[in-house]
Amino acid sequence: MIFLWAFLLGGLICVIGQICFDVFKMTPAHTMTSLVVLGAVLDGLGLYDPLIKFAGAGASVPITSFGNSLVHGALQELRSDGWIGAITGIFEVTSAGISAAIIFSFLAAVLVRPKG
Amino acid sequence: MPNNKKKKLTPVQQEYQQLAKKREPSRPVFANCLRAFLVGGIICVIGQGIQEMFVHWAGFDEKKASSPTVAVLIILSIVLTSFGIYDKIGQWAGAGSAVPVTGFANSMSSAAIEHRSEGLVYGVGAKMFKIAGPVIVFGTVAAFIIALLHMIFNPDIVGGS
Repeated sequence: MIFLWAFLLGGLICVIGQICFDVFKMTPAHTMTSLVVLGAVLDGLGLYDPLIKFAGAGASVPITSFGNSLVHGALQELRSDGWIGAITGIFEVTSAGISAAIIFSFLAAVLVRPKG
Repeated sequence: MPNNKKKKLTPVQQEYQQLAKKREPSRPVFANCLRAFLVGGIICVIGQGIQEMFVHWAGFDEKKASSPTVAVLIILSIVLTSFGIYDKIGQWAGAGSAVPVTGFANSMSSAAIEHRSEGLVYGVGAKMFKIAGPVIVFGTVAAFIIALLHMIFNPDIVGGS
């Protein structure tokens, strides 16, 4: 069942992105930035975790979850380490995504010739 | 176009802009949304499958499994980008392949590959973040502001010494 919800919610978030492209004529960078901020705000209001519980990867795979993880890390360290956690904790949870993207993009650039 | 921008144009320019707007092919919004929905949904289902594998075979709990899942998706996306496959999918799917984290990884790796000829530092190192940079900057600033708001309106959550 979770697969169906993942499909539906993930698809829906992508449709929001497509509407930003086509109807509001936003660039990909503007669209992705807006979605990340949207995810951060939703998590700040405590609304993103229920989405992940409900739709699994449908909520954790779209870029909105990046904003959610940034806020999550900050709040988590805020609880454990005090006020400085708002700065030290931000990349706590997103490390996997950012590190993997940087490392493998670099390797790809070294190994692969551009196409077309 | 907002009015304040319009005022600075000469009448001829305004006329041209209206003409250009009329000739601009209207985008098939519904078909694009349908494609985005399908591809985005499928990518999330693949993600869910990878997550289930981490839960059942590697002993991660549901919450912890999402980080390695994202990492695996990113690696897959970069491999597909290297072979030029992801960009083909992107042409068909629009936001469906751009909005999931795989699109984030694609934006980084394709920029890195494209600018390799400008050198490792200014080419790969700097241009990699053409699209990913703004996403990280605004995400980080937003997260910081939200953490501050939490500190102001709910001081009890601040722990530590």
